[in-house]
Amino acid sequence: MVPIAYYLVLSAILFSIGVAAFLIKRNIISVFMSIELMLNAVNLAFIAFSRQWSQITGHLQVNGQIFVFFVMVVAAAEAAVGLAIIIAIFRARNTLNVDQIDLMKL
Amino acid sequence: MHLALFIVFAVLCVAGALNLLLQRHPINSALSLIVVMSSLAVLYLLLGAEFLAAAQVIVYSGAIMVLFTFVIMLLNAGKEERTHGSKLAYIAGFPGAAALLGLLSYIFLSRRGEFGQARLGEYLATTSDLSRVLFRDLLLPFEVTSVLILIAILGAVALARKEH
Repeated sequence: MVPIAYYLVLSAILFSIGVAAFLIKRNIISVFMSIELMLNAVNLAFIAFSRQWSQITGHLQVNGQIFVFFVMVVAAAEAAVGLAIIIAIFRARNTLNVDQIDLMKL
Repeated sequence: MHLALFIVFAVLCVAGALNLLLQRHPINSALSLIVVMSSLAVLYLLLGAEFLAAAQVIVYSGAIMVLFTFVIMLLNAGKEERTHGSKLAYIAGFPGAAALLGLLSYIFLSRRGEFGQARLGEYLATTSDLSRVLFRDLLLPFEVTSVLILIAILGAVALARKEH
């Protein structure tokens, strides 16, 4: 038996590491990867809460898991479009450093 | 058994995430993110979400991370350099993230009795349970996501195409 709170604390740890990485990383791909890490942390919290809701009501509840499913779909779409944008930025600027990508126009 | 599995894979998760944070080269960060996502799949399985565990491995550590490593190799991304702007992020970033972690952990741990215990093998959400809700109650949102993915594919092709 594991308290569900432990899963939630793990999710908080992963989310905080994701926030720190998002702020500290200077490579645009690494920044994007830390966003994915935060999404994963939130998914873990959703599944843990879904499990808790099942235990409260006494029978299986899958709504939280459905939410995770939609998050995964959106994350896949987001990764495809985001990486395409990164490729376009790299073609235009020849750099991946976020400090050098600070103008709207070239 | 459950606790041992949880501790092993939670430690693996946190170690991978810290490695992502500390590595300077994006390819190392990407590989440690794959470790995090695969261990999260095991944790989903421990919580009884078997379909999502499979989807996590296939979609996240399979498709999305392959895309990431592919782009890193395509753009030949090197080590990131420290710049002037990252100093402020250091000053504000670490205390902010630590404060967030402290607050959330305090809330979760102080009420851990209310959250209950997870037993292995209880409330196993099979694929048929999930699809019963997905295709009966949430059919319209499900179809809308397929349109979203179609638009994302078109957008990705349009954005990444070489301009002449």
